[in-house]
Amino acid sequence: MFLDLFYSLREHGVPVAVQEWMMLMRAMELGQHGSSLSGFYHVARCCLVKSEVYFDTFDAVFASIYGGVEGELEVTEELMQWLEEPKDFEGLTDEQRAMLEELSRDELLQRYLETLAEQDERHDGGGRWIGTGGHSPFGHGGEHPTGIRVGGPSRSRSAMKTIEERKYRAYRTDETLDLRNTKVALKRLRQLTRLGNPEELDLDETIDETCRQGGEIDLVFRAQKRNNVRLLLLMDVGGSMDPFYKPVSRLLTAMHEERGLRDFRAYYFHNCPYESVYSEPQLYREYAVPTADLLRRFDERWKLLVVGDAAMHPHELMSGYGNIDPRMETETAGIVWLQRLAAHFDRCAWVNPEPLRSWDSTRTNTIIRRVFPMYELTVDGIEQAVAALIGARKAA
Amino acid sequence: MSEQSGFQRFKGTEGYIASPPLIDAVNCAIALERPLLIKGEPGTGKTLLARHVSEGLGMPMESWHIKSTSKAAEGLYVYDTIQRLNDARFGEGDVRDIRRYIKYGPLGRVFAAEERNVLLIDEVDKADVEFPNDLLRELDEMRFTVMETGEEVVAQQRPLVIITSNNEKELPDAFLRRCVFHFIDFPEPDLMRDIVDVHHKNLDATLLDQVLIKFYWLRGQRELRKKPSTSELIDWISALLRSGMSVEQVEAHLPFVGTLLKNEQDTEALDQFEDSDSQMPSSWADLGPRYQQ
Repeated sequence: MFLDLFYSLREHGVPVAVQEWMMLMRAMELGQHGSSLSGFYHVARCCLVKSEVYFDTFDAVFASIYGGVEGELEVTEELMQWLEEPKDFEGLTDEQRAMLEELSRDELLQRYLETLAEQDERHDGGGRWIGTGGHSPFGHGGEHPTGIRVGGPSRSRSAMKTIEERKYRAYRTDETLDLRNTKVALKRLRQLTRLGNPEELDLDETIDETCRQGGEIDLVFRAQKRNNVRLLLLMDVGGSMDPFYKPVSRLLTAMHEERGLRDFRAYYFHNCPYESVYSEPQLYREYAVPTADLLRRFDERWKLLVVGDAAMHPHELMSGYGNIDPRMETETAGIVWLQRLAAHFDRCAWVNPEPLRSWDSTRTNTIIRRVFPMYELTVDGIEQAVAALIGARKAA
Repeated sequence: MSEQSGFQRFKGTEGYIASPPLIDAVNCAIALERPLLIKGEPGTGKTLLARHVSEGLGMPMESWHIKSTSKAAEGLYVYDTIQRLNDARFGEGDVRDIRRYIKYGPLGRVFAAEERNVLLIDEVDKADVEFPNDLLRELDEMRFTVMETGEEVVAQQRPLVIITSNNEKELPDAFLRRCVFHFIDFPEPDLMRDIVDVHHKNLDATLLDQVLIKFYWLRGQRELRKKPSTSELIDWISALLRSGMSVEQVEAHLPFVGTLLKNEQDTEALDQFEDSDSQMPSSWADLGPRYQQ
């Protein structure tokens, strides 16, 4: 029975290791659960689950094992709305009460799941649906000898089971799960250089200097090592990039939180950078910054990372007046701007959220790959891109 | 239960209202001799917990406040080379005894202590992503070696380590596996009443009600960039009490909103709300079904 919990949790994607399981066993040996189910619940949760992200899954798994409840008992928002603001319910007469059938646990749950599947609107005071008041076994504020209370406060105190909104559902953000990997990959984005005021004792130099002075101690200080990487990020937004919103924003979050960088700037464009890029992801005209300005302001010590799907109409990339926005078109073709950017900066890399296998199906992608080394937006891809920005130059 | 009597059990203190799951988690960490990792919204009393556990159990406490520049080794010890060189230069003290120049950090001090200590490692997520990994062995085995002297420091009594995190960075799995974990929920109104009572005894019931209604309403506003937390609520009540605001004044609008909202945009948003003819809630029913009593 205990092992079920362990394997079920793992099956549902909660990362539980043997070590944590042993921890729980030890806690039980020491009597931490106080021999009660709720005590066991608390102890099991604090030993096995290490992030509030998994609390919801844990609750569901725990209920399915120790509550013996099968099936999807998720409470949807729609259902909760049907159950808001209960109508006044007078109560039943003794006669009516006697008519209500008592259900066994299995029948009850079976019927609940069936009703839930059929129900598509709000009901109050009736005898069948999930609603408020009435004598149906489901809902709240009504009367039934063997019911399931769904939402709402307890009233007749005769519910056999209660199903409430799962408290931790909101924490379920799979997005944050990979953030750490991304950050660890980005961490390689550093070149340590001694910068700033000398405040760290240089032991070797101090000993040398002291010897040179014939034993007269001379303390030598040096500057601390700091990261000397300046990174310019250019990011494609809108249109064909929309499906990649999640992975891209994860990368962006990781970048913004990577405080190690000496300097970090982000600009945005749509499909291809032309005369202007934008300082905000909403590409309004007042946010426009001339691309030529970027080339002037950010010297060759900066590294350039472009994030985009490199997919557009060939005309947008190769021809003059190619900008998809006719108000913004100018004679220089997009590819020329890309070449200028790539040539200006010390190192550059392009990260593409599109999976590797579909790259060759877009012509513009193939062309851009001749200008920029391109990597997939995966943890591995980011590592490779970082290596391209930082690592030893590969022989051409 | 006889088996439990060997362990000190934490039950909460007068100045700190702890929920049963939190108490279970603390006791679990004490019994298992594992670090306790506490997460939760800012202002839910993560840091305070350590102080009150130490008070409740009568154990002394050490704190280690983590900064972005903190290094794991600093928690163990620092070898003060400059002091030693300086002493050698001016012939002060016994420079041959290197131990005089080993200064223990918070972790080193609780290991070396005779009695069992509570060690608070505050905001562990502030440090570099690798920081928790660097402490794995020390927290596991509760021992470390001073490289310069070859001496080994072994914890006499395994300290109770309480680690707090604000979720700024994710923590490594290997580290998490060794911890007992608890997430402090934002208190529900009932628990909040108890918490306010600890700080402001005998507060007028109608005023408290109004204050809480406004507070939970404010927290429910999606546009807010930073939701006010418990500590801000406590400050707000202090401000209201000191200025002698009446219940009616609190009911009509939000005085001293600066104690609750710390962000310009948020204050502006609220001003706009007050300028428009929208009604502020004055009863729990106005807050929707979640708070129906």
